[in-house]
Amino acid sequence: MFNGLAAIVYKETRHVLRDPRTLFLMLLLPCLELTMFGYAVNLDIKHIPTVVYDLDGRNSARELVEAYVNSGYFRIVDHVASDDALNREIVAGHAKVGIKISPDYTDRILEGKSAEVQVFIDGSDSTSALQALNTSNAIGMLTSMRIVGKSMGGTPVMTIDTRNRVLFNPDMRTANFMVPGLVGVILQVVVMLLTAFAIVREKEQGTLEQLMVTPVSRLGLILGKLVPFGVIGIFEATSVLTLMRFLFHVPIAGSLLLLAGFTLVFLFTTLSLGLLISTFAENQIQALQLSFLVLLPSFLLSGFMFPQETMPQIIYYIGQAVPVTYFLRVLRGIILRDAGFWDLWQNGAVLAGMGVFVILLASMRFRKTLK
Amino acid sequence: MAVNNFEDRPVIIHADQVSRRFGNFTAVDHVSLDVLEGDIFGFLGPNGSGKTTLMRILCGLLRPTGGHATVLGKDVYADSEAVKRSIGYMSQQFSLYKDLSVMENLRFYAGIYGIPRRERVARMEEVIEIVGITDHRKKLAGNLSGGWKQRLALACALVHRPRLMFLDEPTAGIDPVARRDLWNLLFDLAGRGVTFFVTTHYMDEAERCSHIGYIYYSKLIVYGTPAELKLLPDVTPKGAERLEVRVPNVAASMRTLNTFDYVLDATIFADVLHVLAEQGCTRRLIADLEAGGFPGAEAKPIPATLEDVFVTLTRQRALERAQEQANV
Repeated sequence: MFNGLAAIVYKETRHVLRDPRTLFLMLLLPCLELTMFGYAVNLDIKHIPTVVYDLDGRNSARELVEAYVNSGYFRIVDHVASDDALNREIVAGHAKVGIKISPDYTDRILEGKSAEVQVFIDGSDSTSALQALNTSNAIGMLTSMRIVGKSMGGTPVMTIDTRNRVLFNPDMRTANFMVPGLVGVILQVVVMLLTAFAIVREKEQGTLEQLMVTPVSRLGLILGKLVPFGVIGIFEATSVLTLMRFLFHVPIAGSLLLLAGFTLVFLFTTLSLGLLISTFAENQIQALQLSFLVLLPSFLLSGFMFPQETMPQIIYYIGQAVPVTYFLRVLRGIILRDAGFWDLWQNGAVLAGMGVFVILLASMRFRKTLK
Repeated sequence: MAVNNFEDRPVIIHADQVSRRFGNFTAVDHVSLDVLEGDIFGFLGPNGSGKTTLMRILCGLLRPTGGHATVLGKDVYADSEAVKRSIGYMSQQFSLYKDLSVMENLRFYAGIYGIPRRERVARMEEVIEIVGITDHRKKLAGNLSGGWKQRLALACALVHRPRLMFLDEPTAGIDPVARRDLWNLLFDLAGRGVTFFVTTHYMDEAERCSHIGYIYYSKLIVYGTPAELKLLPDVTPKGAERLEVRVPNVAASMRTLNTFDYVLDATIFADVLHVLAEQGCTRRLIADLEAGGFPGAEAKPIPATLEDVFVTLTRQRALERAQEQANV
C-alpha cells in the first residue's frame, strides 16, 4: 500500500537539497512576507494629523486643543487663520482633521452656555475617520463634564459608570490580533503552492508518466511528496512564529506544545489541499490559478481581516469551508487567550477531518492511468 | 495479414483485437499480435497512427476500450500493477530527474521497484556496467548528452531486471554513433533474454529487428520478420519485379517513368530509382527512357527493401481508404 514511499521521500529530499537557493527562498519568503505585512496592517490609528483654526485664542480654547493632543490620537500639524486655509489643508491631504473653535468659545463657557467647536473629519479614509469621530466625541463629552463639574463646585458624579476592561490584549494592539492571523495565512499560501507545484512539475516534465509504469503505489507517491514538504512547513511555521514573538512582540500566552500540535494538523490539511490542486492542474499556471480559489477566501473570508460575524450568510459559510478559518481561531486562542485543548479541539477536529477527506479525494483522483 | 511462425518460445505479449477510442477517434483499431521471448519487436508507423497508444495500453497506462491483451501472461488492465513490476518502460521524451545525479536517479528507481536494500548497490553497479555509464555517475542527469541520457534511462528501466522492455522511439534526436551504440546494447540485452518492444521511424533500425509490425491509421497492416515482409505478394505482385534504375537525372526521369504502362510504381532512393515493373521489361524501360530524353540508364533487379514494403502497403491502404470514403 505504501510501496515506493521511502524512495519518493528520498528523491524529493534530493530535489530540495540540490537547489539551496530555492530552499533558502522557501524558508525566507514567509518571514519576509510576515515582516512586510506585519508592519503594513497596523490599524492602530494614532497621531492623526490635525489643523487648528482657533478664532478664540484664549486659555479655555488652548485647553481644549491640548485635550485633543493629550488623547494621543491627534497631532497638530498647523494652525490656520481662515476657513479656506483649513479646507485646503484637508483637501491637500496634509491633515485629516480640522478643529475650528468659534470666537466666543470662552465667553459662552463662562456664561454657562453651549460653546461651539466644529470638527471636520476627512472621511476618505474611513478607518481613521471613525477613530477621529469617536475620540472627538469622547473628548467633547469629557471636557463638558469637567466644565459643568467645575461650575457646580465639585467633581461630577456619573450616573452610570461603565468600566470597560479589555481582556487578553489590553492595549488593543492590532499586531497582537493581525500577526497570528498572518502566520496562518502565510503558512497556507506557501505550503499549499509548494506542494501543488511539486506534482504538477512532474506532469510537465513527463516524469509522472514514467512513475506510472512503475509499481509505486498511489498512497506511497502522495505521502512521499507530503513528508518533505511537511518538514519544510514545520520549519516555516517555527520561523514565522519566532518572528511574531520577537520582532512584533506578540506574547504567546498559551502552551507552545499545543500550538505545535495544532500547527501540524493544519500543515497536513494544507499539504493535502496542495496535492488535490495538483490532481486538477496540468501545469504550474493552472495550479496557481486554482490555488487562488482557496487563497482569496483565506485572506478575505477566514476572519483574518474582517470579522466573520458581519458577513452575509452565504459568504460566512464559504468562509467556514476554508481550513485557515479554524487555524486562525486556534492561533488567536492559544497565543492571545491561553486557550487550552478542550477550548479548541473542535477546530482541530474540523481541520483533521478536512485533511483526511481532501487527501482521500486526492488519491482517488490520482490514477495511475492516463486519460 | 499476420505472418507468424509459431515457435517454441513463450509468448511475452499477446494482443487480441485491442482497440482504443478517444471520443469519436479510434487510435488503435482491432490490433492483434504476439511477441515471443527474445524478440526485438520493431513497431513502425507514421506519426499519429497509434504506436504510442498501443504501447501505453500494453504497459497498463491506458485502458483498452476493446479486446484484451496480456503481457507476461497477465492482463494489462486488470492486473496492471503486476505487469508494471516486470516490465521496463522508456518514454519518448526524457523523463528522469534532471536535477538528480546519475546515481541518485538509479537509487530512486531501485527503491521504487522495491529492490531489497542489501542488493541495491550490486544491482545498480550491474546496470551501470551494462549501459557503460561508469564515468558519469556523479553527473546531473540534465547535463548528460542525448545518448548518455538514453543510456541512463535504459539503466533505470533495467534496474529491476525486467523480462520485457518497452522503448518509445529511443533513438529520436540522438546522433548516429550513439544510435548505433544503443542498438548494440539492445542486442546485447536481447542476448540475455530480454524481450523488446521498440517503436521507431528509422528503416535501418527496423531492418535490425527480429520482427516488425506496421501500423497505419490505427490498424496493424502487417507484421512478421523483415525477410517475410519483403516477400509479401502485395509488395511485389505476381508477374512484377523490382528494379534499381540508375539514371543521371532521377527527379525528372521519374515523371517520364510513371507514364510507361508497364511501370507500377517508382520511388527515388538518393541517386537511384526503385521501380516496380512488369517482369521482363528491363530492356524496354532503358530504351523508353532514352527515347524520353534520359540516355545512359542502367537497370538491375533488386529485392524489396523494408521501405519498399511500407511505401507500397501505405499507398495501397491510402487508396483503399479513399475508396471507402468515396463510397460513404
